Amino acid sequence: MSAAAELPRSETLLRVEGLRTWFPIRKGLFRKTVGHVRAVDGVDLEIRAGETLALVGESGCGKTTVGRSLLRLEEPTAGRIWFDGVDLARLSRAAMRPYRQEIQIVFQDPLASLDPRMRIRDAVAEGMETFGIGADAAERTERVAAALQRVQLDPRQMNRYPHEFSGGQRQRICIARALAVEPRLIVCDEATSALDVSIQAQILNLLHRLQDELGLTYLFITHDLGVVRYLADRVSVMYLGQIVEEGRTQRIFEDPRHPYTKALLDAVPSVDPARRSAHARLEGDVPSPSNPPPGCRFHTRCPVAFERCGREEPGRYAVADGHARCFLEDPASP
Amino acid sequence: MPGKPARSEPQASEARRPVLEVRDLVTTFPADGGRAAVVDGVSLQIAAGEVLALVGESGCGKSVTALSILRLVPRPGRVASGSIRLAGRDVLSLGVAEMRAVRGALGAMIFQEPMTSLNPVQTVGEQVVEAIRLHERTSADAARRRTVELFERVGIPDADARFDTYPHQLSGGLKQRVMIAMALSMRPKLLIADEPTTALDVTIQAQILELLREVRDRFATAILLITHDLGVVNELADRIAVMYAGRVAEEGTREEVLAAPRHPYTQGLLASIPSRARPGEPLAEIRGVVPSAGEWPKGCRFATRCSRVLDRCHDVPPEAIALSDTQRAWCHVVAREEGRA
Amino acid sequence: MEGYVVSNAVVVAVVVGGVFAAWAVRRSRFWSESFRELARRRPLALAAIAVYVLLGLADAVSWVGDAEGLEGVAAHQPRTLLDRAFPADFKERSYSAPLADVEFYGAAPLARPGAHWLGTDILGRDVLLLTLKGARVALLIGGLTSLIVIPLALLFGMSAGYFGGRVDDAVFFVISTLASIPHLLLLIALILVLGRGPVQVCIAMGITNWVGFARVVRGETFKLRELDYVQAARALGASEWRIVLRHILPNLMHLVVITFVLLFSGTVLSEAILAFLGIGIDGSWGQMIDQARDELARDPIIAWNLASASAALFGLILSVNLVGDAIRDILDPRTLRENL
Repeated sequence: MSAAAELPRSETLLRVEGLRTWFPIRKGLFRKTVGHVRAVDGVDLEIRAGETLALVGESGCGKTTVGRSLLRLEEPTAGRIWFDGVDLARLSRAAMRPYRQEIQIVFQDPLASLDPRMRIRDAVAEGMETFGIGADAAERTERVAAALQRVQLDPRQMNRYPHEFSGGQRQRICIARALAVEPRLIVCDEATSALDVSIQAQILNLLHRLQDELGLTYLFITHDLGVVRYLADRVSVMYLGQIVEEGRTQRIFEDPRHPYTKALLDAVPSVDPARRSAHARLEGDVPSPSNPPPGCRFHTRCPVAFERCGREEPGRYAVADGHARCFLEDPASP
Repeated sequence: MPGKPARSEPQASEARRPVLEVRDLVTTFPADGGRAAVVDGVSLQIAAGEVLALVGESGCGKSVTALSILRLVPRPGRVASGSIRLAGRDVLSLGVAEMRAVRGALGAMIFQEPMTSLNPVQTVGEQVVEAIRLHERTSADAARRRTVELFERVGIPDADARFDTYPHQLSGGLKQRVMIAMALSMRPKLLIADEPTTALDVTIQAQILELLREVRDRFATAILLITHDLGVVNELADRIAVMYAGRVAEEGTREEVLAAPRHPYTQGLLASIPSRARPGEPLAEIRGVVPSAGEWPKGCRFATRCSRVLDRCHDVPPEAIALSDTQRAWCHVVAREEGRA
Repeated sequence: MEGYVVSNAVVVAVVVGGVFAAWAVRRSRFWSESFRELARRRPLALAAIAVYVLLGLADAVSWVGDAEGLEGVAAHQPRTLLDRAFPADFKERSYSAPLADVEFYGAAPLARPGAHWLGTDILGRDVLLLTLKGARVALLIGGLTSLIVIPLALLFGMSAGYFGGRVDDAVFFVISTLASIPHLLLLIALILVLGRGPVQVCIAMGITNWVGFARVVRGETFKLRELDYVQAARALGASEWRIVLRHILPNLMHLVVITFVLLFSGTVLSEAILAFLGIGIDGSWGQMIDQARDELARDPIIAWNLASASAALFGLILSVNLVGDAIRDILDPRTLRENL
């Protein structure tokens, strides 16, 4: 049927081990480092070829930093990023270049993602020039036209500027730009969050179709659980720089194990008039990532925390075909 | 009863009169050498203790409608025609000083971005006190006590200590609570909330929605909720008005609009929500884009994108078709379905 | 090569450059619409600037020959287009009032009575001619200095802003040091070292003036570096230099235009101060104004020299500032988004 169905679904495309990205906090006259914002603090991910992995969490949890660290837009402080047998985290800038073709990114704000002074023809072709795709300018223009058509835009508009398009169209242009270099993995960083609901539907349909047609793999970073349920094969839930639960989408939504996941799902308002279900289970605010709580990071807000939670950090305990970072799932404890 | 003072009569009818009554509001902005009506004939009403959600996507005019009610439309926009009655007073005829007395006291507003809505160089407590003392003569002490009380009411922990904090020291959720406290300080009859939870995380959003529900129940405040998020609408609203391109397309109770929408736009909107769809199935799309103000098509404004468009729709603007005591849709297709075309 | 040949070549280069700039502006919708908006808002100021520019160009093109009425060495000096609009032997012997028939002191008859509309100065030179020639000097000061300041500031500012870290530290150190030295002292010191020719003075002014703009460029580059489209370019594998040249620099151009215009008036005024200290450029309005120190002390007062140069200076600076403000409004990023 489609290219994706032929790919061995169990083949791991990208594996992240122990990723840490810390940002130094500098104070004083000589800019001494007095601490670190631990935006990503020990994240493990596994993305399989042809699937969509959603990375969810609220603001400040570090999910955007994970996406950017994978592309080395932020420099990881520690950890490994395995892709095609190579650890991307260790590569020099120059060695990283060819891999940039394989992993692309689509950002949240389509207007800010496009240089206002560049025609979209040049914007979409930019990657092609760097990677030497297309023998000459004429061929690159052809490829630009093909990419625009693929995202359902009229190629005759390629000489226009970004501000002449609507938000949804601009996002399509960004997707076309990412596709133009023929990547295998696309990181969508809140790619639909800034769009109206009806435009979002168009873009989600487009992303889905492209995945089928081209066998793409997505890392979908978002806070919108409705979109996650619709689009993702697997979900990883982040809180304060760590993954607290991970598993197949259906399992996560039907049987969440981690108290944070439960609270998150409870808080989401439903659109079904028969159910008014948004409950605020959590008190207070998220602690600062420069000073995370000891033990389990979530214990300060957890409705079912007990004594051990403040002392020890929970490990990853297996749940169905994923895991949860909560002592409640510890098989060894009572 | 004869002999009863005439005063009680108006009191009784006042209780029945809606807190907010907007009729045929038109607000224009300059465009292309003329003026374009960003809000083009919108009517609504909200009773005490009721939440009306004004829903629509960007560019439909819902925010400008809200601003028009308190006459906060930024120049060069202005309210061109229509009537706005707030607690019985004709807002559009008030002078500058009277309007200032109305704003914050009779009708209050909270905005989307808590980060920019608060003055960064004043403590949050001072800002609320300032709001109070703008409308009432009270001593600084009394105002402070009232502010702390308000903070407690809106769920700000350590209210007394928080009085002296600066906005940047507070999280988004707390800042929004401060905004709500400020808005409630004069016990307004109407609270306008413009995308109050859009910038907040979903767990904080749930807290704020609970707070707004309490405000409605406890103080019988009428709430005009502006949002594009139908989930938020479901959680908080009693009635819904769906706006498209400057006009109301459909209105009704929450159940009517969400469970049995009749206008093709509302139907399309609901069908494109991912949480309502089955995973893997393509989402329903509304083809085309929203026309911009000044380029409104003749006839029904949704005609160019409607999947059920009739010839009539391109020429004649639709009239309101009543579907029940509470539900109305502006649509020729609906008119035909109801046998009234 | 003779000085005047160089000058002619420069004029040709300027004219060619102007034509090229006009073509480039027409090609870009953004710049041509901005220009049209500017012409709509400040037609008079723009026209005034055009007049000054034409005067400046007219005084920069010169050739030898055709010197009726002059003899000897004077006949073989290059005379500019502007010079030739006036008779060749237009000099009197000393001061004369505007439109006078006789000298100011002593009432001796003038060689050309009634011909000097603005009178003559202490050397008998026609004040109107001198004033018009001052336009060239002013344009030279403003133009050449800006040509030095802008590339310097862009280079250092962008490097500091984009690469950050130690590059930023180094550049920032230089900027802060230069900014801490009193402007005027540094200027005087440089002129004394470099010499007092017009080009040297412009270089000295350039060195003292690039710091302010560099700071602005650095700040703006910091901001631009974090924007999504720059990140997108990095994700697309673009090299750092490509990003700086293709994404950062073009988005700084609106700042460059505004700065150029404002720098222009600033340097012309600065030169007037230098003239007071005796280290200005020959033939500038500042120099003419400097002479007023002596002239105003006389009895009766000789005011026409001062008045004429001041009026010309005021006219140019006012026009440039009005145009500069209008440009800043038009290119304001907020209106940029609406009017692009």
